Amino acid sequence: MRGIRKILLLAAVLLLSAPVPAAAQHADAAETEDFDLNEYIFGHIGDAYEWHITTVNDHHISIPLPCIVFDGGVHVFLSPRMEENGYTLNENGKLVNATTGKRPIDISITKNVLSLLLSSILLVALILATARWYKRHDALKEAPRGFPGLMEMLITMVTDDIIKEGVGKDWEKYAPYLLTAFFFIFLNNLLGIVPFFPGGANVTGNIAVTLVLAVCTFLAVNLFGNKHYYKDIFWPDVPTWLKVPVPLMPLIEIIGIFTKPFSLMIRLFANILAGHIMILGVVAVIFITAKLGPAINGSMSVISVLFGVFMDVLELLVAFIQAYVFTMLSSVFIGLSRQEPEHEKQLETTK
Amino acid sequence: MSLITPDFGLLFWMTLIFAIVFFILAKFGFPLITGMVKKRSDTIEQSLRDAEEARKTLKDLAAEQKKLIEEARKEQARILNEAAAAGDKIVQDAREEARAQTSAMIEKAREDIRIEQETARRQIADEVTNLSIEVAEKLVREHLNSAEKQHSLIDKLIEEARASHQPVN
Repeated sequence: MRGIRKILLLAAVLLLSAPVPAAAQHADAAETEDFDLNEYIFGHIGDAYEWHITTVNDHHISIPLPCIVFDGGVHVFLSPRMEENGYTLNENGKLVNATTGKRPIDISITKNVLSLLLSSILLVALILATARWYKRHDALKEAPRGFPGLMEMLITMVTDDIIKEGVGKDWEKYAPYLLTAFFFIFLNNLLGIVPFFPGGANVTGNIAVTLVLAVCTFLAVNLFGNKHYYKDIFWPDVPTWLKVPVPLMPLIEIIGIFTKPFSLMIRLFANILAGHIMILGVVAVIFITAKLGPAINGSMSVISVLFGVFMDVLELLVAFIQAYVFTMLSSVFIGLSRQEPEHEKQLETTK
Repeated sequence: MSLITPDFGLLFWMTLIFAIVFFILAKFGFPLITGMVKKRSDTIEQSLRDAEEARKTLKDLAAEQKKLIEEARKEQARILNEAAAAGDKIVQDAREEARAQTSAMIEKAREDIRIEQETARRQIADEVTNLSIEVAEKLVREHLNSAEKQHSLIDKLIEEARASHQPVN
């Protein structure tokens, strides 16, 4: 009951306050005339050589980031000095050689890389802080409270509900990777929802990041697969004409090896990217309607804020669900690669 | 589309960063935590099992204790009964003996009394005889203190004797 009242109060406050900034935006938008939705959305979800924080009176406030380029030698420079060093951005916003127009080997610390670094430092700090509690306390005599308790709850949930269920026997061997993947994705998802500096980068919605994660799962599945797993791929239990002379089933199975991690990669990437785009789109409604007069703009702003709140809450859920799903599917794939043949299992149970 | 083409730089950094994060967490983070959590849950399980065992032992002990108390109570009852019987017997015996002693004493007392009575009676008879003799002596002395009386007595005696000798006609 109280919760409902709070929400109503919040909605009322938003209704009253929303038109004011909306009107201000309207004035701004009227000055600049047209609002580039494409640039606005892709500027937020894409990578960049600087971390754009805000724009005040047409003056961009950004954190310059170091560019590291291998182009017949190592070139290291800050992003605002790109032109002086003979590089420029192409139409995709990628760094290219200004004279030849070619992409050099580019390992610049971009916005996503910096965000990755920050979130990784945060993740390591969080987990090691939890581990330190266990070093400092006798875990046999007391259970952690506060932050270590929360982390223990999450870790226990992941190990018990996901890893033990999915992997089955020998789950301890895979637990560190799966737990790292879970917390890495979860933390980056959460930071992606935070709309200002340390967060806001679209890390887990970037295909390169999810590609690396998927490759890790691919390696975990295929490097430690047992004999039965590989026999099922190259000589499955199907009628012989499906295997010889045309290896139809083996081909499908081999494709399957790659589609599984591929689906992991695409699922995480697409879900997080879509979430970011949805939130950006909902917020963009305010700027798009700025031209249509204060009445429409004001009412649309209210709707936009309400939808924005809804989307943000939804994204919180998605952040957790995607981390959960990635970890769960990874452990299921690992578990499948370590399955014992049916009849041997039956023998074991009858023993 | 740059969105779905993985960028080399980001791939490189992501691989490096994720590998380092994985290495650190897999070495110093998660195994320690999961190990400790497992150890604790094992300890809790063990404690529960121990508690169950202790409870069972306690129950057995209680049963044994109850049995012991029951036995002790029975023993007590038996001893009490025996003691009561023994007491009764002692009282009975004492009473018996007392009765025997009393009756013996009474018998003796009676005998004594009889003897006393006999003696007393004899003494009284002697006394009476003596007294009679004395009285008779005194009476006779009184009667015969004059000659006249003595003569009349003699006469009387002769008369009597004559009358008795004379046949009755």
